[in-house]
Amino acid sequence: MTTSKDHIIKSYDSELARLTGEIVRMGELAAAQLEAAIDVVERRDDRAANRVVANDDAIDTLEQEIGHDVIRLLALRAPMAGDLRNVFTALRIASDIERIGDYAANVAKRSIPLSMVAPIAPTRGLGLLAKLAAAEVRDVLSAYARQDAEQGYQVWKRDAELDEAYTGYFRQLLTYMMEDPRNITPCTHLLFMAKNIERIGDHATNIAENLWYQVYGEPLDKQRDKRDLTSNPEMPRLGG
Amino acid sequence: MTEPNVRFDQVQPVGESAVAGPKLKVRDVHFYYNGFQALKGISMDIPERQVTAIIGPSGCGKSTLLRIFNRIYAIYPKLEARGSIELDGEDILDPRYSMNRLRGKVGMVFQKPVPFPMTIFENVAYGIRHHEKLSRKAMEERVEQALRSAALWDEVKDKLKQNALGLSGGQQQRLCIARAIALKPEVLLLDEPTSALDPIATGRIEQLIEELKTQYTIVIVTHNMQQAARVSDQTAFMYLGELIEFDNTEKIFTKPGKKQTEDYITGRFG
Repeated sequence: MTTSKDHIIKSYDSELARLTGEIVRMGELAAAQLEAAIDVVERRDDRAANRVVANDDAIDTLEQEIGHDVIRLLALRAPMAGDLRNVFTALRIASDIERIGDYAANVAKRSIPLSMVAPIAPTRGLGLLAKLAAAEVRDVLSAYARQDAEQGYQVWKRDAELDEAYTGYFRQLLTYMMEDPRNITPCTHLLFMAKNIERIGDHATNIAENLWYQVYGEPLDKQRDKRDLTSNPEMPRLGG
Repeated sequence: MTEPNVRFDQVQPVGESAVAGPKLKVRDVHFYYNGFQALKGISMDIPERQVTAIIGPSGCGKSTLLRIFNRIYAIYPKLEARGSIELDGEDILDPRYSMNRLRGKVGMVFQKPVPFPMTIFENVAYGIRHHEKLSRKAMEERVEQALRSAALWDEVKDKLKQNALGLSGGQQQRLCIARAIALKPEVLLLDEPTSALDPIATGRIEQLIEELKTQYTIVIVTHNMQQAARVSDQTAFMYLGELIEFDNTEKIFTKPGKKQTEDYITGRFG
């Protein structure tokens, strides 16, 4: 249960609002990083890739600021109930967003060796995965800003699409590698990058779960439809 | 009424106010109740227009220190203060510093709301009349301003002639605050102002403190550590008559410098 009433002490509301604002800002940075990373992959731009890697520091700095603000709120306000969940989940969500930023930076970093080999067709498929992941991140943060756990839950369910797309992409890359050994190096890079993007989706679902807990005080107790089958021993083997 | 025997390590000349630096400069203050030393060498700077909280276990001397700031101990015999407390550069412990002038500059609100058995209007006007001669209109304006500043006007504007004792506890305490700020003090001393109030009334007083600090220097004694954490900018921790640590409130409650402070605020002793 959440309450929309203001606190009697107005500065308390200001501090909580600032914490929410910092989370949203951090998330927007992370989503922008992912979009920038895919852009540098497609443009094969090493200098831009290095800028994306360097920009990850801003996300890390924000995480530290949020950590400081959480400590401050816990010490000086002794929040209870919904306020306590609010502050606690802010810390956890900041950690998820920080990992999203790291994965985006990893994608950009790996684009550099990828750009040193001849381009291959499956590279385009990475952009589709990134688009799905970026949309999840932006939508779940929009849900967080509005404290809309139901919208967060929709994002949580949608991650199955990203997982499915990743599984398909994984198969495609395996096929390419088997067809021509010269594709092994670029496809391996793309595999890692695709996995990074798939993990971004998982962190978006973590944010949705934390939002659910923040709003309702209970864990999101539903089985997520995980369609990343790449580690499933039942997955048909390719190449006989 | 005679002044108690006040001795000084240094005699501060009572001259022009030096308005610079902290609002209150406490230097090496010792205090004795009938020979028992209640305060031991307290020194601290209380910043202007901020809230300074004093916390510590019962008997640590926090209320004693607070009551030195307006020399209210002077009404009791055999009490002795040594050291100096400069208010805008003038030592208020100097017997030459007029008590009337001091009480005009330093207001106090106590733990138990003690409105006068008079109308709401008279509760605020009574003190003003002893300090100033105002026309009826000017008095009404001053009373309204004080009640507004205490966030009480809207609740009492239609019943100013009613007896103040009919107000709720929280309203009575806000009336006491209005009474204190009606004299336009520079410093407000709050001695556990909410310990007799319910949580909602406490919240309203704390919100009021946040608003008042833009105009007044506030020193608050509280046994409620969380209240100190919520309302104050600086916190002083006292123990057995000594000032153990005095720092920015956030630092005191997140990373205190002294182990004694940490032990107290984490509930390891009290």
